[in-house]
Formats: sequence, C-alpha cells, structure tokens
Amino acid sequence: MSVITEKLELFEVFIRSKRGLDHKHVGSLHAEDQEQALEYARDCYTRRSEGVSIWVVKSSDICASQEDDADSFYDPNDDKPYRHATYYVLPDPVNNM
Amino acid sequence: MTPEEQNFMRKIEAEEKIEPKDWMPAQYRKNLIRQISQHAHSEVIGMQPEGNYITRAPSLRRKAVLISKVQDEAGHGLYLYSAAETLGISRSEMIEQLQSGKAKYSSIFNYPVLTWADVAAIGWLVDGAAIVNQVSLQRTSYGPYSRGMIRICKEESFHQRQGYKAMLSLAKGSPEQKAMAQDALNRFYWPALMMFGPHDSDSAHSQKSMEWKIKRETNDDLRQKFVDQTVKQIEVLGLEHPDQAIKWNEERGHYDSSDLNWDEFWSVINGNGHCNRQRVEHHIAAHDEGEWVRDAITAYNEKKRAKKAQHAA
Repeated sequence: MSVITEKLELFEVFIRSKRGLDHKHVGSLHAEDQEQALEYARDCYTRRSEGVSIWVVKSSDICASQEDDADSFYDPNDDKPYRHATYYVLPDPVNNM
Repeated sequence: MTPEEQNFMRKIEAEEKIEPKDWMPAQYRKNLIRQISQHAHSEVIGMQPEGNYITRAPSLRRKAVLISKVQDEAGHGLYLYSAAETLGISRSEMIEQLQSGKAKYSSIFNYPVLTWADVAAIGWLVDGAAIVNQVSLQRTSYGPYSRGMIRICKEESFHQRQGYKAMLSLAKGSPEQKAMAQDALNRFYWPALMMFGPHDSDSAHSQKSMEWKIKRETNDDLRQKFVDQTVKQIEVLGLEHPDQAIKWNEERGHYDSSDLNWDEFWSVINGNGHCNRQRVEHHIAAHDEGEWVRDAITAYNEKKRAKKAQHAA
C-alpha cells in the first residue's frame, strides 16, 4: 500500500500561543521539508488562532535524555542543597526575605 | 515482577504519564495501539456521512459550519494516528488494518444518515457521547494520547453545540420539521448509547485497560453519564424521550433506563450494519483515487530537491 507518510520526514511542532510565553510542543506531522511542515502545522494546529509563532523541528534532530536514567543523569546536581533558598534559615523577623 | 514492570506500575499508580520511550508491557502497547487506532479510524470514517451533507446543508452558514467540523475530524484523525505512531506502528499498517476489517471504528457510522435532521442529531448525540468518553480519556496514562485528547476536547465542544442548535431549529420549526427531529432522535439515540461499548462484564479489554489506566471510567459508568445529561436536553427540545422506561432513581442519583438491543450491537460490530461495507469501500476508493495526488506531491518534492541541489552546486 502506498502511503505518503513513509516517504516524508517526521517533524515535531511547537507553538507559542501568545507573545511572551514559551513555545510548547503540540504534536507531530509528516512533511517533505521545513517550509511544508510549517504550512501543514498552520493548517492542522492553528485552526482557531492558537498561536502567534510556530516552530517545526525534524524529530530525528532531537536528542533526548532518557527519563529512566534520570537518577544518574541528574545525580551530580543533587548534592548541592545550598543552591536552594530554603537551605538558609534566617531569624524570624527577616525570614520573609 | 521485574524491576521494569515495578517501575512501570509505580508510574501508573502515581498518576505519572507513560511516555513513548519508557519501558511498557507488550500488552499495554498492544491495547493502546488497538484503542488509539480505532479512535483515529472513527474520526476519519466519521467524515463520510457528514461530508455527504455539505452540498445539501440548508444554508451557506450551515455548509461553512459543516465544512469546519469535517475539517476538524480530519485533524483529530491526524492527532490520533500520530499518537499511535509513537508506539511503533506505521500509518500504512493502520490503514491496511482498517481497510481489511482487522481494525474497527465506531459502529455508529454504520447507521445510515437519511435526513438533515440526522446530521443535527449526529452533532448533538454522537459528538456528545464521544465527548463524554474523551473527557474521561484526557486522564489516560499514555502521555501522547492524553495530550491529543485534551486538544480534541477543546475543539469538540463546538461540534456538539452546533448540532444541538440545528436540532433546536428543527424542533421549534414547522410540524414536519419537528417530526423530522423526533425521527432522527428516535433512530440515533440507541446507537449513540452503544458507542460506549458492551457492558463492563462483556468487555474483553476493559479490565486490564482500567488497571493500566488506559481507560479511566468503565463503559457502563460513561454511558450512565450520557443518559443522565441527555434527559434535560431532550426536554428543552420539546421532543419525546425515545426510552419509555427512563425514570429518575432517587436512591442511585441517576436515571434508570431500558437495556440496549445487544444483538443489534454485536451484529453491527461484526460487519452487518447498514453501511459497514459502503464505508470501507468508500475509504478504499478515496485512497486509491487519491494516488495521483500523492504521486504529484512526491514528484513536486523531487523536483524541488533537484532544484535546490542545482543551486547549491
């Protein structure tokens, strides 16, 4: 069976809903290139003015950390409690700093 | 339990979402693919009966509304196919399963749509029933499915409301229009209830799917919700409730209602509804007749790529 998605690249779509907010991942789609992905993303994910800006990124270009490895991956940062504001207990009258 | 299974179950119990790259039991993956692809197929097949009415909708505004709705269904199909693809099944496998009959779609679309009032009833009742199910699925344990559901629910509310509004116009119109509305309600009420699936006790996939939080509420509970919310809506239309046995049960805090015609349910599921063959045949024909469009896209893209390469050289 010929299905065109097999010949096309997979893109991840990110949308900024309002100026000042961050781009948020909304889903993925197949397209030939970045320009086409952008047009498809507009047609598919912004039918109700959901955004003011769209990013499309080839899924294969995303390098992701493994959540299951999170323990060892983030370990080096966990032994620095002095980075947190709550680490510093101050006298009551000034604790609301 | 292996450490992987333990970790998986811990996430499920803690209401954490499962994401595509996480370890998951093979059966969890299988249940999800079955459910999500079936859901996607329903969105796509659901375009057929409504698409048929675009040229016949009674006013320009209603045509525009119907086009928007059908376009939404195509979008919903895409969200769901994409979500299923994250589980490792390809789009062509899914379409193959739909066309061969291996994969199901909602049996409601195997009922014929005879009049404009049916289109109104579908928006109100069929999309209404779908929303009850989808609101519950926003909390499903699989991340991509859950996020797709949240987006779909946001869009779906317009579908139900425009249907009810169209129904209201008919119900408050001429005696003939009111009769049309009543007839559509009578025919679509029962199949809409069947959309929630078999009784919990007869549902092959329910138990494991509940345990894994793929499904969050049982078929019967969701159906009850829909029965309850529809009573008032029928009353406001000024139509007669199709279920003579509908009765408020103070003790349960719900409406009691007649049992469904389960022979009909199984018969339609098993391919013997009025429109089963027609729907699948139409899907195959549309897919085959669209071959030249896909070829054209591929040819155009190759041309563009060659041009780019030439420029770069």
